[in-house]
Parts: sequence; structure tokens; C-alpha cells
Amino acid sequence: MPNKRDTADGLTRRALLTGTLGAAVTLGATGAPAQERADAASGPGRPPNELGTRAAAERPKRLPSAISSRTPLQDLHGTITPADLHFERHHSGVPVIDPQRYELVVHGMVDRPTTFTLDDLKRFPAASRICFLECSGNFGRQSGERTTAQELCGLTSQSEWTGVRLATLFREVGARPQAGWCLAEGRDAAVMTRSIPVKEAIDEAMIAYAQNGEALRPEQGYPARLLLPGWEGNASVKWLRRLELADRPFMTREETSKYTDPLADGTARQFSFVIDARSVITAPSYPHTVQQGWIEIRGIAWSGRGRIQRVEVSTDGGRSWARAELQAPVLPKAHTAFRHLWRWDGRPSEILSRAIDDTGYVQPEWPVLQAVRGRRTRYHLNPVTGWKIGADGRVLFGVERVSA
Amino acid sequence: MTGGPRLCASVACGITVALAVVAAAQSQPERFGIGRPATPNAIAALDIDVRPDGTGLPAGSGTAPGGAEVYARRCAACHGPKGEGGQAEPLVGPEPKGLAPFGPDYEKWRGGRPDVPFTIGNYWPFATTLFDYIRRAMPPASPGTLTADETYSVVAWLLAQNGIIAESDVVNAETLPRVLMPARAWFVPDNRKGGREAR
Repeated sequence: MPNKRDTADGLTRRALLTGTLGAAVTLGATGAPAQERADAASGPGRPPNELGTRAAAERPKRLPSAISSRTPLQDLHGTITPADLHFERHHSGVPVIDPQRYELVVHGMVDRPTTFTLDDLKRFPAASRICFLECSGNFGRQSGERTTAQELCGLTSQSEWTGVRLATLFREVGARPQAGWCLAEGRDAAVMTRSIPVKEAIDEAMIAYAQNGEALRPEQGYPARLLLPGWEGNASVKWLRRLELADRPFMTREETSKYTDPLADGTARQFSFVIDARSVITAPSYPHTVQQGWIEIRGIAWSGRGRIQRVEVSTDGGRSWARAELQAPVLPKAHTAFRHLWRWDGRPSEILSRAIDDTGYVQPEWPVLQAVRGRRTRYHLNPVTGWKIGADGRVLFGVERVSA
Repeated sequence: MTGGPRLCASVACGITVALAVVAAAQSQPERFGIGRPATPNAIAALDIDVRPDGTGLPAGSGTAPGGAEVYARRCAACHGPKGEGGQAEPLVGPEPKGLAPFGPDYEKWRGGRPDVPFTIGNYWPFATTLFDYIRRAMPPASPGTLTADETYSVVAWLLAQNGIIAESDVVNAETLPRVLMPARAWFVPDNRKGGREAR
């Protein structure tokens, strides 16, 4: 019985079944001998080995600057960031730490000041958590229309983190009830410190020693780091060497002159840990070129306050919005993939996305954000952004949308 | 019926195991007994933080004139000869005196002039943070190499250059926590809480 699909291109089922078509194509295309198969390997490939590598043609890369490197969001198809593409941000380089000599000291307002080795940390009951980690300075647009998704917001990545819950560790050392704050200190050259409010952090915080199933990468705090889901990345102190409990914050440089938010009303917001909801379209994005017809608009959305409730996409510069499809599972404080099918008619267009989280927060437009934040704020910028598509199909960053 | 009792025993055993699993999932022991006591010496070797009340400040002292020499030798190459900034950020800039370098009053004060930078003089709320940060992280190529006196001195120079203390003021563990920074006035806790309103 003839199959309609087989004959759709005017080919006969018989030609396909007997392979005559394939042979003709092979010879016609290459003129090579018949044993040089175009449709399969001509001999055995590489035998099994110890470490896998990417396909030779796939070369996703971080985009480094002097102080950070950004995840190539536009090259990724899922929500878990491959560990070697996780963004980096550090204040004085990546330290080299011998795991055998690693120690974490917990002291201050505790009944039992304690030193833990890496093996000690791994002996405690473990917990795993998928969540994003984002630098609060994640808003790059220096390249104007030629800004890529990676430049725009590649300082966010996602992993499955595994470690010991901070609550477990605090119970072990006998943290005192009046210890409302905890200084977290790294053992990088900057010996970076942040004060963490215990009550707000304790339910979800962990000391992570694994990322996507294996040991942390050096850039991510090997051999152990603090992890605070939904909070600005800087607070999740890497290469953690010390936790000191106290009844008030320590007022370190990174929570006073840095990582604070000067506002339009003349006050500066301090300890602004939580990442507000945000989304970004990763495809199409600069420097893609698209063709008329069906385009699946793709991107990610996330919120430090909980789950993404919905993502809306506009293909007419914000005049109308449609609900995008969310890829399950939609996890709290996690990158959530969204997709929206669009038939492009070839006319100049602007495509936008906005995230709405389960608190009802709507990712703001730039003028709204500017009205409350003022001109001089640098952290926690999460405005609606988009991409302009020209009649020629070229995609450019919609820089005017986020200009002062 | 010799199989009967054996079957019962194995069912009973299964129930016991199930109960044990449920119990384990419900509670953890108060302590696991993991880790070893951190000795005072081990803690002291790491505990370098300085708090706003001065806890953690070491013995020693310094003044601005002495700090000028330390600054020129250890800091100026990156932060500029007068702290005006270079490849590293500016440190000195008392303007706008008594005002935040942002917000409505600042915009009025600025008029059409270019923005002033954020500096120790206008955006560092606690003087103790200077000692803490310089001791732990500066200079970047050899952090931790300044003596306590050198650190006090360079802190004194930075505070004097920003018009916060006098050239002759002695900075030490007693005086530094008492220095009132202009920026102390503008810092407020986070007031965002999710929901409809963008803040």
C-alpha cells in the first residue's frame, strides 16, 4: 500500500526501499567510490575513553572580561548550564585550593565553634537543589544594537547543586537564637565577605560541594561554597573558609559601597539580596538572521522570589502580548524555558518578553524601573528587553528601549 | 502448616523496617558529632573582620601625613596620585558635601555639570569598613602585606582627603569607630517584597 509521505516529493517508495536513490545521490554529490559512505561512518570510530568532549563543530564559549565571564545563553537549549559554561565573577581571581587541606571554621555566637573538613561536610545528610545563580550586575549593553544575549545577561546560569543544608550545620554547632547574622568569608585573594541574615536564608541555604553531579568547578568555589537560592550571586560566597555568627551585620565593603542600590528618592537600598523576576529572548537574538515564515521565539525566565507564573511575548513592540508556553518542570527560583510560535510576515518588527512570578510581580519596562531607581543605580536592573528584526531578517538588540 | 509462622515473621520484619525508614525521614539527630572543635588559635588565625563598633581592630595607629607616604608607595599606581582614580576606582571626592551623589537634591546641586564619582567621601557609610577591606584585600597583588600602622595611616589619609577628619587626627582602634561618615545618612534596608509594584 503506497504511503502518501513517501511519494510527497515525487519519489517512489520502491526507490527509497531499494536504496537506489541514496546511491545516486552519493555518487552524484561526491563522485567518491561507493565504499566512502556519505550516510554512515565508513569504518569504526573512536573507541571508548575516559572523558567526553563536545562535537568538534560545537564551540560554545564564555565571554570573558577582566572581572567576569558570561554564559552563552544563545547557544543553550535547556535550563541546566553545562558547568564549564557557568558564568564567573570573582574579585581577585580563582584560587587553587587543595581539597585535602580545605577547612571551614564556624564560630561566633555558637555553643561549639567547629572546624569541618571537606569529608566532614560530605558526611552530613546531603540535599540537592536546582536553581539559578545570577550576578546582580547582570545588565550589559555596551555594544548597542550589536549586543548579544550573552552580553546582555550572560551573568546568570543554572545548576543542580548538592551539599549540606546550612540549618544542619548550624544545629551541629549550636547556633544561638540571637545570632541573626552570619559573616560568610571566602579564601580567595580578596578574602571576600558578605553578611547573611540567618532568618531569611536558613530555610534554603546550603554549603554546596557539587554542581551538576560532580565536584564544583574551581570558578564556582571549589571545594565548597555558600549557596543562597534566588539571591544575588555575590552573597553565595565561594571558596568558603569561615562562617561567623553575630547579632548584627558586619558592614563589609560588598554590602555598603558595593552591591547597594542608590534610588531616585535619595536613599540607597542595602541588603537587597533577592533577584526580581526577569526574562530574556535568546532566539532569535543578535547576530541571528531570520527568514519569513514560522519562527519559534525562545528564551528563559526566572525569579528569586519563587516560580515563574507566566511569560508574555510581544511581536509588535509591546502593543499586544501573548502567553508563551512554559517548559515543565517550572521550579521555584529556577530558569524556566519559554517558547512562542510566531509567523513572521517579513515586516520590520520588535519582539519582547516579560516575566510574571507567583507573587504577581511583572518584569518592568525601563521607564518604570528608572522612575523608582533613578539614573545612578547599577545593580538589580531587570527591564523588559527585546530584539528588532529588520525587513532583511537581521536581528539587532533593541537598545533604544533601555536607554536613559 | 510450617510456612505460616515464617511468613508472619517476615511480614513483621518488613513492617519494622518500614517504620524505621519513616522515623529516619522525620527527624535528624540533634547532633551528628561531625567536625572537630575549632581552637581559639585556629579562629584567631582567620578572624580578620572589623565591625562598625571597632571589634577586630588591632593595636597601632596612624595619621594622614604618614598615610600619604604609604598611599604613594602602595596605592597610587592604580587609584591615582590623589585618589582621583586610575585603572582602579576613585577613592577621594568629598562632593557633593552633605548630599548623596544621587537623588533629587543631588540633581538640583549638579545642574548641568557632569556626575561626581561614588567615593569614600560620599558613599562609604562606615569608616571601619575601610580598615577591614584594605587589610583583607589591598593591594590586590599582595593583600595582607600592610602593617597595622600602615593600614591605620592610609585610612587616615583617605578620610582626611575626603574632608571627614583633620590631617592631624590620630586613627586607631578607639577613634576609627567614632568617625561619622557622611554616607551613613542615606542607607536604608531593602523595601522590595514582590507583588505588583516595581521598586
